[in-house]
Amino acid sequence: MAILEVDNINVYYGNIRALHGITFNVEEGKIITLIGANGAGKTTTLNSISGILAPRQGTVKVFGQDVRQIMPHLLVPKGVIQVPEGRRIFSRLTVDENMAMGAFTQLDKATNAKNRDRVLQMFPRLRERLNQIAGTLSGGEQQMLAIGRALMSNPKILLLDEPSMGLAPILVDQVFESIQDINKAGVTILLVEQNAYVALQIAHYGYVLESGQIVLEGDAKTLITNEDIRKAYLG
Amino acid sequence: MSFEIVASSFQHKDIEQEQFRRTLKCGAIGGGTVVALCVFGLINQFMERWIIENTLSLAHATFIGITLTVGALICIRSPKLSSAARIFQGFLVGVVSGAFLSILILIMATFDVRHMFVSLSPKLLAFLSYGFDPYTACLVTILAGGVLAMAGALIRESPTWLRKPLIVGLATAFFIGLFAELLQLAMQYESVEPIRDYMFTWEGQTLTGFITMFVLGFAISLFWVTRGKAVMMNHRAKSSGSQRSIRYFLYAIAVVLLLLFPMAAGSFFGQVLMLVGLYVLMGMGLNLEVGLAGLLDLGFVAFFATGAYAIALLTADNEHLILLLDRPLTWWEALPLAMFASLLMGLAFGIPVLKVRGDYLAVATMGLGEIIRVVVLSDMASPLLGGSQGLLHIPRPWIGNFELSDPIHLFYLTLISSMIAAYFAWALENSRLGRAWMAIREDEDVGQALGINLVNVKLLAYALGAWFAGLAGAIFAAMLGSIFPHSFQLLISINILALIIVGGIGSLPGVVVGALMLIGTPELLREFGEYRFLAYGFVLIVMMRVRPLGLWPSAVRKREMQSAEEAEALLRAQSGQKA
Repeated sequence: MAILEVDNINVYYGNIRALHGITFNVEEGKIITLIGANGAGKTTTLNSISGILAPRQGTVKVFGQDVRQIMPHLLVPKGVIQVPEGRRIFSRLTVDENMAMGAFTQLDKATNAKNRDRVLQMFPRLRERLNQIAGTLSGGEQQMLAIGRALMSNPKILLLDEPSMGLAPILVDQVFESIQDINKAGVTILLVEQNAYVALQIAHYGYVLESGQIVLEGDAKTLITNEDIRKAYLG
Repeated sequence: MSFEIVASSFQHKDIEQEQFRRTLKCGAIGGGTVVALCVFGLINQFMERWIIENTLSLAHATFIGITLTVGALICIRSPKLSSAARIFQGFLVGVVSGAFLSILILIMATFDVRHMFVSLSPKLLAFLSYGFDPYTACLVTILAGGVLAMAGALIRESPTWLRKPLIVGLATAFFIGLFAELLQLAMQYESVEPIRDYMFTWEGQTLTGFITMFVLGFAISLFWVTRGKAVMMNHRAKSSGSQRSIRYFLYAIAVVLLLLFPMAAGSFFGQVLMLVGLYVLMGMGLNLEVGLAGLLDLGFVAFFATGAYAIALLTADNEHLILLLDRPLTWWEALPLAMFASLLMGLAFGIPVLKVRGDYLAVATMGLGEIIRVVVLSDMASPLLGGSQGLLHIPRPWIGNFELSDPIHLFYLTLISSMIAAYFAWALENSRLGRAWMAIREDEDVGQALGINLVNVKLLAYALGAWFAGLAGAIFAAMLGSIFPHSFQLLISINILALIIVGGIGSLPGVVVGALMLIGTPELLREFGEYRFLAYGFVLIVMMRVRPLGLWPSAVRKREMQSAEEAEALLRAQSGQKA
């Protein structure tokens, strides 16, 4: 069942058209990836889903409900959360405080404690650094914290924006393994990535974005062997 | 081999040159300050004030203080020299400072510069030259500068157990002398009369008083420096229960002192403290907006004005009132309404600037604050708000049959209000709302992405901040008995912002410290007229350079500083390894 439906959306920045009729669906329990180069419209798509941007035409439906009828902050209690590009952790607060902020909409203490345990189990590095200022973490740890913070809200859909950005290859593998684990625990994932190879390796289904349009889609396994993609993104 | 020698001699020369520049710079700082004080006319005023009666004027004390400081400064800035060399550098610095003042003396003796610099009067010249002819005076000034700065360097170089008590002792005696008149006003009781007569005459502090105070300050500081650690260790060794009871005991003493002091000290202190209290109230309100939620607001005075005008409209017996009510309310009845009015004003204020951020927000709120003042002044609103004539005959609050008429009574009212407000501010800071504010202060977009309702949270920051200011405004109106638009200038907003920055942004105790520093101290220095604002500006600059986090920083800001230092240390260690 599709829990996230993007139907023919057109998004403009002023008079500049950034998205030209994007349509795709995200099935429950899957990892779906949007890949494409810089400026292809990946983040724009994500921001239209999370309600930060409003499409001029077309609709985005989350669990069957139009997101334009949901205030942006109410998406979180519905189970949709975005991990923003560039991590954007609260760098002056401690790791623990960052995670507590993630649980802002989660009032039940027992659920909170459970989520916290789960996150710390998934990222043991964070447990070691609970009282450290988040700004002093390494890039990989910051990405883990950003994902962990999002998981604290107990999401059903996780929107990930370029989680591999600025990370060393070994850390990229670690982070993507964690993403796979999160998915196995039942969280649907929409992954936006420039690093097509690692994204396709863990995804079930992929869409290729170019200049605001979807130019190609298919099973991740077939896309990864596709000649055009190999040439364009995998080198 | 010869190359090494050449290189090292170059290096040596480099260090020497650097030291020479440093000495010149420190000397110029000291000399420049002294000359500036003369030119601005401060010294003229200071000449007539005694720190020690008939012995040491404030002007002399200022010269001495500045020269001692630069002497110490050069020692701090030349860590590579030996102790003896540093003390010699101190002497040189003093000579440079003295040279600056000497040049001023020569200029004043040779030319008539009064038509440009009014303050450079013959009287000042006479004061600066101690009755010598100008050339001898220059020599004396330079020598005195050298000796004094060397003394400053000596103090700096002496061991901690001697240095700290010396500084504390001198500072105690100096401040007692500076505030001699106010202290005497506060000591108008027969029981303390002998102490008063021992320490002061109406001209100022006596020499015996000065020495007593110095010894007292020295002794207390000496005890703390030598025995303080043991006392603290002893304290820490105790059980947490008894530690807590000691802490509560100290709090209780502080509260009792705060309660008794204005009563004992008289209505002048009461008035000053009450003003401080009003600014503390407003500071706590603005702290919610700026410190916690990160919303820079330069129109805060509008909320203060709303509270004051609401009280005036509801309680004063005048023709405006009839439009609203059939009888004037009492102050207590009007208070919640006034605070509510401010709260609404906060909401109304917040809505148009919801999407404005950072620097732009500061400018936008400044505009809004000014609009309020201009509207009150306008002819349009004058039938209701009195225009520039203001609103008069605001009654004082009554408790039963007792009228809170004296500044001291109103001080207690302010104190109790501040305590309640502080509790609220503290509770807010640690609430879910407080966390939401913290999140949007750190990163608004991410806060929203984590499920925070930006609109509600921001409007609540404005509304609750305004609520505090409304309370302050209500007390302010009762204190003055009449209010005018001129009382609500932009300067008040700036003052409140400055005091929370100086105190430490986001920190509750910081608000109190900042208000005492920036509102209380200038009031105590009223006798120096407009010059006290010079000191105000000076203090602001120095504070931001020396303690950018404020006098009592909040935990978050302190941590940030620490982690920055740690990162720096790490970098240094790494580069050290490479070298």
